[in-house]
Amino acid sequence: MRARSVLTSAAAALAFATLASLAASAIAATDAPDPAADAKAFKKFFTDKFPKVKVEDFVNGPYSMNEDMHKQWEEKEQFPPYEFALEAGKEMFSKPFKNGKTYADCFANGGIGIRQNYPYFDEKEGKVVTLELALNRCREANGEQPYSYVKDEMASLTAYMAFTSRGKPMDIKIPSDPRALAAYENGKRYFYTRRGQLNFSCATCHVQSPGERIRAEILAPAYGILNAMPIYRSEWNGMGTISRRFITCNSQTRAVPLEPQSDEYRDVEYFLSYVANGLPISGPGARP
Amino acid sequence: MSMMRNTLLASVLLMAGAVPAFAASEADYKTALSAAEAAEQQAGQLRNKWTTTEAQLAAAKKAATAGDFDAAIKAATEAEALAKASIFQATSEKERWKDLEIR
Repeated sequence: MRARSVLTSAAAALAFATLASLAASAIAATDAPDPAADAKAFKKFFTDKFPKVKVEDFVNGPYSMNEDMHKQWEEKEQFPPYEFALEAGKEMFSKPFKNGKTYADCFANGGIGIRQNYPYFDEKEGKVVTLELALNRCREANGEQPYSYVKDEMASLTAYMAFTSRGKPMDIKIPSDPRALAAYENGKRYFYTRRGQLNFSCATCHVQSPGERIRAEILAPAYGILNAMPIYRSEWNGMGTISRRFITCNSQTRAVPLEPQSDEYRDVEYFLSYVANGLPISGPGARP
Repeated sequence: MSMMRNTLLASVLLMAGAVPAFAASEADYKTALSAAEAAEQQAGQLRNKWTTTEAQLAAAKKAATAGDFDAAIKAATEAEALAKASIFQATSEKERWKDLEIR
């Protein structure tokens, strides 16, 4: 009798352990990073939420959210406010450094039509490299001082490079390197994490509330939000880089911004760009 | 006699109440600032400082420089509370961010 009881207890314990193990592996499977599934879910979320918006139109941010705004954008594009920056960027891009080399010497295809491949994961460095970072590294490698990540020169250069990629689909790769997947996951975590005294995450505005107003502005959807960068913002009365956009977003939630090109900013750019794969580059852009 | 004693006691108590509270000292301010800065340092390690905490810390230092230790302690105490709230936020968001995730 006692032996049977022990056997029953052992069988029950084994069954419980098996169930617990199955449950644990199910949780692990749910939590395992799957960027392709994320990108698919991201696209579905926004196309379901805004069934009338053409997929390729999401890159126009708030201007894709309703017909009136779209008309405003079409009119703005007749005389775009980023035009001066674009011209300046073109000139800067071709002007040789003191050593006679140019930006073209630092990039594949002479830097023309490559915006859609940035940011990329550099397996040698083990980190994400953004276009802004690559431009400053190019300058430093050629004996020049780096530009501010949030000021006009960087915005002009990236405006020109984006312009040469207009219409090309975003094409971000995640190599088979656990560090690349970790960077992607870190970017995703950053995007969804609430911060600042206002307790906002990036997703609070750009996932939960796109198309809604926050004060006088219409919030842009997160899907394709970086494809139009850099942007001329009427609110800034000037051009702004991706770094400037992240820093401003943080400040607006009353969070102390991180330093430009910090790991978190590089990683969130990687995440947002990856989930926008396939959407066309539309930068430079203009926003209210 | 008893009435006189009561009157005396009441007078003593009234006089005690009329004595103004001591103004805050520099030492009290330094203690409050130190606590606030320690909390803010921890928030920084969690990469989650708030602009409002920084503003209160700056206000505390400004008031202390002007010799207004009451205001300085008030601002430092506020800064510590804000820093602790930002630490709580960063800690709870370590898992809670997943609630917002598009799946």
